[in-house]
Amino acid sequence: MTAAVTTNSASAAGPRYGSMSNDRKWALRWSYFFLILFAIFFLTPPIYMLITSLKTSQEISAITNPWWVYNPTLDNYRELLSSNQYQRFFLNSSIVTICVVTITMLISVPAAFALSRMKFWGSTILGMGVFLTYLIPETLLFIPLFKMMAVFNEITGITLINRWWVLLILYPTLTVPFTTWIMIGYFASIPKELDEAALIDGANWWQTLTKIFIPVALPGLIAAMIFAFTVSWAQFLYPLAFTTSESQLVLPVGIITTLIKGDVFNWGQIMTGALLGAAPPLIIYAFLMDYYIAGLTAGATKG
Amino acid sequence: MVDATMKSDAAALRADKRGSLQKTFQRKSTIAFLMTLPLIVLIALLVLYPAIYAVHLATLNKTMERFVGLSNFTFLFKRETFWMVVWQSCIFAITAVFFKAVIGFIVAHLVHNIPDKGQRKWRGMLLVPWVIPPAMSTLAWLWLFDPSYSAFNWIFERIGIDPVPWLGDVYWARFCVILVNVWIGAPFFMIMYLAALKSVPDQLYEAAKIDGANWWQTMRFVTIPMMRNIIMITALFSTIVTFANFDIVRVLTRGDPLDQTHVFATWAFRLGIEGGDIPLGAAISLFMVPILTIGAIFILRDIVKRGNEA
Repeated sequence: MTAAVTTNSASAAGPRYGSMSNDRKWALRWSYFFLILFAIFFLTPPIYMLITSLKTSQEISAITNPWWVYNPTLDNYRELLSSNQYQRFFLNSSIVTICVVTITMLISVPAAFALSRMKFWGSTILGMGVFLTYLIPETLLFIPLFKMMAVFNEITGITLINRWWVLLILYPTLTVPFTTWIMIGYFASIPKELDEAALIDGANWWQTLTKIFIPVALPGLIAAMIFAFTVSWAQFLYPLAFTTSESQLVLPVGIITTLIKGDVFNWGQIMTGALLGAAPPLIIYAFLMDYYIAGLTAGATKG
Repeated sequence: MVDATMKSDAAALRADKRGSLQKTFQRKSTIAFLMTLPLIVLIALLVLYPAIYAVHLATLNKTMERFVGLSNFTFLFKRETFWMVVWQSCIFAITAVFFKAVIGFIVAHLVHNIPDKGQRKWRGMLLVPWVIPPAMSTLAWLWLFDPSYSAFNWIFERIGIDPVPWLGDVYWARFCVILVNVWIGAPFFMIMYLAALKSVPDQLYEAAKIDGANWWQTMRFVTIPMMRNIIMITALFSTIVTFANFDIVRVLTRGDPLDQTHVFATWAFRLGIEGGDIPLGAAISLFMVPILTIGAIFILRDIVKRGNEA
């Protein structure tokens, strides 16, 4: 667009046309040059993960060129994927993430619907409050939550610490405020005539929500789901603080606490584990980039 | 608050039974309230209550049996490490946010400069650091900074630069922590700024061109004023999140060397969970509140303003 404007105004100037388009060409070349530099900066760590994951421990400890694989092997992948421990982490992570995405949606979609369409006493304040709670970081809450769980155990005898399913209760606090917030935005952009028409046709609130709002706001819903998925897959502090037994760990914490044992670092496996841990979000990102970006940028998120 | 709504609903229902329109209206508000109830319960129980409980915890002694008032705080004030953590948290957040914003701004312009059809591909590539879970990508950095196998030092050796003690030296370790944070966060700024750049109407650039504005003037009087809001709000968000960051420092340095790279969150974890002194940990994490409050006020003001404009 800008390019077109520049050339147009340049051609209007007549004789300067040649020099303008030359400037433009050079600007473009420099843009590409610097973009490549930044791309190298941004992509070095993931590529280095991949390089290391294809090496044997002998090759890693031999201090050959770290940026090149001389004897590529998939042993690290084979070993890790067949280890019961790693499968356990992956399974825990998957179950937690799927459940959290479901719970998040079940809580935030009706809430967003009510807050955007059915005004009731305190609904504006509540909408604002929801957004503010999103700004309270988990690093402020993990210590009181830890104590709360201990107290809960004393009162009811139910152990919450070191149980993976406790994450199902905790993660929604990180996802729900933001997904509710973006769903309010999406629902508010749906024209009022649409739900009025549905009401006139005799639809009740539930039907209006499921037959009109959810289908129309589906892109927003997908974006919200991807956001919830990313947050629960990547969450590190809560599982680190609240789970310790190997059978209860989720992937990020599992890789960091079990593969790094004292001073013996098996970097080939650590990098393989990290790469496999990064794979699910990367795959979803590759296929649903636009939803992903919409979910992460709507109303601005963490960074 | 909750009870009040319910009661007034019920009262209104009793008082006005004949108006069917009124009744549906009242029912609607009850349904709406029920639909938001899970959200309210979740937030009240697992966000608001713990936040208030943290204040209570911070006033107890280590075994949590006795009220000790502010002595946890006075104890912290006397510790050198505490002031180091305050200092380090601020330096960490300010520097990281600044460089994220600058790099994000530059990269957004670069992407905006190239032809439209290539933009998607580049944007997709440049956003990868943002997609990888931070704990996982920080592991890759940890390996890149390894004391004996650092791949950066390998390159330095080839071109004749002395190896750098990445995580062994206090100042280098602080630099590394910030570098990783910038690496993870800059793509987010890039994507926000790119969206802002795209929303600047072309007529403005055209007008600037006609008025004979050079590159710098166009930037200074068109681009930046038009992007001001998004620049501010992104930086505020990022400041809050960076200030409360845990993953990067925890994985990369664990606060070492000699506790010199701790930020509030990691130090609170070290003392509160690992050290078993929950009240002290709670007291430390409470020091994040002032910064968070300031950020929240500004963001809220912006949202209210935007809401009024719409």
